[in-house]
Amino acid sequence: MTMTDTPTPLNRLGRLMIDQPLLPLIGLLILLVAVLAILNPGVLSMFWAGNTIKIAIPLAMLAACQTLTMLTGGIDLSVGTVATIAAYLTATLAPMIGVPPAIAIALAAAVVIGLVNGFGIAVCRVHPLIMTLGTALIATGCLLVYQRYVIATGVLIPDFLIWLGTGKTGGLPNSLVLFVPFAALIIWAQRRSGFGRLLYAIGANEAAARLSGVRVWQVHLALYTLSSLIAGVTGLLYLGQIKTASLSLALPLDLPSVAAAVIGGTSIFGGRGGFGGTIVGALILTVLTSMLTLMQIPEGGRRILFGLIILAVTALFIRLTDRS
Amino acid sequence: MPETAAVLDATGVAKRFGAVQALKNASLQVGPGQVVALMGANGAGKSTFVKILTGVLKPDSGHVRIRGRESTVTNPAGARKWGLVPVYQEPSLIPDLSVADNLRLGDTALEPFRHWVAELGLPDLDPEAMIRSLPLASLRIVDLARALAIEPDVLLLDELTAALPTDLVERVLRTVRAQADAGRSVIYISHRFTEIAAICDRATVLRDGLTVGDVAIEPGIEERIVEMMLGGAVAAAMTETRPAGAASTETPRLSVRNLKTGTRLTDVSFDLHKGEVLGVVALEGQGQDELFDTLAGQRKASAGTVEVDGAAQTFTHPADAIAAGLTLVPGDRAHALFMSRSVRENIAVPLLARFRNWGAIRMADEAAKVTSAIETLQIDTRAQGEVRRLSGGNQQKVTIARWIAKGVQTLLLFDPTRGIDIRTKRQIYALVRDLADQGAAILYYTSELAEIRLACDRAVVIFNGRVVDVIDAKDADEQTLMRAAYGLTEKAPA
Amino acid sequence: MKRWIEANSWTLGLAVLLALLLLATKLIQPGFGASGLDSLARAALPFALATVGMAIVVIAGGIDLSIAAMMAVASVTGAVLMQGATDLQSVVIVLCVLLLGLAMGAINGLLIVVSKVPDIVVTLAMLFVWQGVALLILNAPGGGAAPWLRSIAAGGLPLPGLDWLPRGIVFLAVVTAAIWLPIRRSKLGLRLYAIGSDALAAFRSGVPVGQTRIAAYALCGLFAALGGLSVTMGTGIGEPIPGPYLLASVAAVVLGGVVLGGGRGGLLGPILAVLILRTVRMDLTLLSVDPNVAAIIEGSIMVAVVMFGAVLATRGRRT
Repeated sequence: MTMTDTPTPLNRLGRLMIDQPLLPLIGLLILLVAVLAILNPGVLSMFWAGNTIKIAIPLAMLAACQTLTMLTGGIDLSVGTVATIAAYLTATLAPMIGVPPAIAIALAAAVVIGLVNGFGIAVCRVHPLIMTLGTALIATGCLLVYQRYVIATGVLIPDFLIWLGTGKTGGLPNSLVLFVPFAALIIWAQRRSGFGRLLYAIGANEAAARLSGVRVWQVHLALYTLSSLIAGVTGLLYLGQIKTASLSLALPLDLPSVAAAVIGGTSIFGGRGGFGGTIVGALILTVLTSMLTLMQIPEGGRRILFGLIILAVTALFIRLTDRS
Repeated sequence: MPETAAVLDATGVAKRFGAVQALKNASLQVGPGQVVALMGANGAGKSTFVKILTGVLKPDSGHVRIRGRESTVTNPAGARKWGLVPVYQEPSLIPDLSVADNLRLGDTALEPFRHWVAELGLPDLDPEAMIRSLPLASLRIVDLARALAIEPDVLLLDELTAALPTDLVERVLRTVRAQADAGRSVIYISHRFTEIAAICDRATVLRDGLTVGDVAIEPGIEERIVEMMLGGAVAAAMTETRPAGAASTETPRLSVRNLKTGTRLTDVSFDLHKGEVLGVVALEGQGQDELFDTLAGQRKASAGTVEVDGAAQTFTHPADAIAAGLTLVPGDRAHALFMSRSVRENIAVPLLARFRNWGAIRMADEAAKVTSAIETLQIDTRAQGEVRRLSGGNQQKVTIARWIAKGVQTLLLFDPTRGIDIRTKRQIYALVRDLADQGAAILYYTSELAEIRLACDRAVVIFNGRVVDVIDAKDADEQTLMRAAYGLTEKAPA
Repeated sequence: MKRWIEANSWTLGLAVLLALLLLATKLIQPGFGASGLDSLARAALPFALATVGMAIVVIAGGIDLSIAAMMAVASVTGAVLMQGATDLQSVVIVLCVLLLGLAMGAINGLLIVVSKVPDIVVTLAMLFVWQGVALLILNAPGGGAAPWLRSIAAGGLPLPGLDWLPRGIVFLAVVTAAIWLPIRRSKLGLRLYAIGSDALAAFRSGVPVGQTRIAAYALCGLFAALGGLSVTMGTGIGEPIPGPYLLASVAAVVLGGVVLGGGRGGLLGPILAVLILRTVRMDLTLLSVDPNVAAIIEGSIMVAVVMFGAVLATRGRRT
């Protein structure tokens, strides 16, 4: 509704955040980097920048899953588990059956988990949060069972994944080779593909999407499958970066992936935001984390801070967009 | 003005929602021992007025005085302390609690409640019965008995009898009248003239948010009340030209037979031809919502048939209806729009809905379709970044533009001009006419009776879920339509 | 009587199912007896208390995703403070932990009511916050528990003829009844059901909706604290990383006949559902199924229950 009221400064800020979410976000990023430079003079370097980007990339990719699902008003809390499973399967199967089949099986497992998520959410209408948490629990159980059978076979981390995950070329991380096309594809798809537009439409008003002839369950099924696939690919990249196959490899990224998308201006209620903001959000979180580490804030403090950030940003969004 | 001091005295009440001025200057006086009917056509501001009287909404200006003191009511519980007890259109009982627990929740004693339930014709009602398990008619009685048990000074009854069978209606009317005769006051809201004639002393009439009349009830007063509810609009409508009718004799585009959906739509039949604009006239809640929802694939019919171009159809999803060419513009724009998205994205969604269109969008093609639809509707696109920032009229145009970009065959318009400015209204009438001339079939429900002559070829009148009259546009003056809509003509169904 | 059976048919069905499962357990392992019941009760206790807390919030039309994290906070707070404390001190500590639980829940509720952010988002954010708090208090399992606390839920009742009845079950029944029954009979009980069943009708009937919602979350926090203490009771230490109590409690609530969306169901059904889920787990162990496989089966059952519940809830909304 348009109203004749005069815009308050808060309203103006709100409009700015909705129209140009990237500007204040980049400002915040620069501010954080500046604070970091003051706290620890001499930390800023090409090497530091390259490392920060390298660490932010897997986070940004998992946050892509949150961005896409959040555009429809959903969420995917199984991404950490899926990434871990894909990485573990690849590392343990590669010595037995070779690298390409191992990767194929790893990604197939990710797709299966995504399909189960999609089925529960699209057809049974379980809340995405509960559903993805449930599949994560089951999938973790499966991983534990699997692990007992492969303990003896040894681990092989494919060289190209290590190159991709840890290597640098000219100061920039090699993972950009994967990430730049990925990000370009997501940003293109969210505005210029029918599927991307429907995500926004469903998140903005699911009933109206139905009324426009959208079979919402099809979109949900495809979305959660895609989300799992992205998580699986991220798991491979992360495997190359961490270089160990652990049973809890990517689990610590679950919360930051949600936080990155929320900070990046994607509304957890759906219909607003995009991957561009999420990338900046992931960078902000990475810089923030290194700052917290520098200040010797323990893991617990980091979780509290991230949780409060999610709550505060969401509450702010509600104020700014008059959802009440 | 009542001769005795008013128990409830509301004067100059105004209320605005965003761009819509729901109430401009409403007033109502109820004296002791009086039953006052509060009347008004759809959208006159009745429900807003009721919410203000009961403290659900705060008025922007004006006074509500109860027994001479300024009301400080801010919620329904507070209203009760002031002696004002409302019985709302939708029962305000907790479905998962028993009758007795519902009484406890509101600190209402069981004994007087039992007395009133028996008085109202349900002596066997079990206080331990779950609300969920009771039929709608019993719920209305429970709601009323609960209100009576509190012994209110002012009883506010909103469309109480709509869901009741005849025998219960009589008992309710008798009880309400007895309340007044015992010195209490009653505000009675109803669409039924027979009931108003039976029990009311006076009627206060609202139109466009204004109190336009306060008359004593006497034989033959119906015609005057109808006139007051219509106001000056009658004269204005006469000057408009009536559109050329174009009903044809070939297979109808849309043929509906004995359609029944839910409890409100009981038995509706009509034909809609290519090139025709068929009006639908009905008071609130006579089944028109169910009719449009069923035709749009939003709800399933429980009986009857729908044929499109002679082929029987059953819709399980709006996508099915759209595939058959039936597209709905719902009454509430908020149900149709993606408020946080741009004009272009809003219009383009139906083009992308099907699985085969999920890939790359042909941007030039889309832009051409969207631009042409925007031009056809003359949408003001200065604020196109977010639809929520458009004016109501432009928002409404976007909901229609969507189907024009997709290609219109049969358009279901549910009150498309509600709450929008007169210029946009005229543009919509002209558009509807143009679309029909180009071969579209249009079903047009409106709560503004004057529009039937301006936009339609014929009108079916629905009352109590049935078609009670079919009126040609040239005979469709508002008086005739209003009388038909109130069931006063009761012609045999066509 | 007939109406009572009809109204409680689901709960009765669950009771029969539980009895059949226990019978099956006896068949699988003829030696199953008092000690088996005792270990079942001890394993089930934290799950049951979490479920009771979740059930109250769900009845009031909400959900609390932070329940497992609040249990962790209570568990580590109790364990850290109790290490080396005297019996008298530990009693005070237990009371403080219970108050802490009430406070955590009330904060959740207050944030929901004041911020107008949907419950599911608020409690998700608070899930992370409470997890962080638990880690700050204790970043690896540790601390201690007073001996009297550990003995509350271990072993059978010290009464002749009733020594087969595990103390865990008695503790659960006494605590739940002592907290819930007075509330259920009071105005607050009616109000909890009222806001869950139809918040608008409740408002029109004069129910203070916001206050009631906060009370529901506070009660959930109280039971989460009891659940956290029961974890410490069982293991003797505090656990900063919570177990799978969130999903388990949602599944048990749904299986127990409490409709997601609110207004319907009681606490007995969810408690029976917890016992059923735990008995299934125990039977799988007795059948020497790999514990990880048992976890998968259990997880699948819980997800299936939630999916089934969601289908029912969607149907319910349509009619």
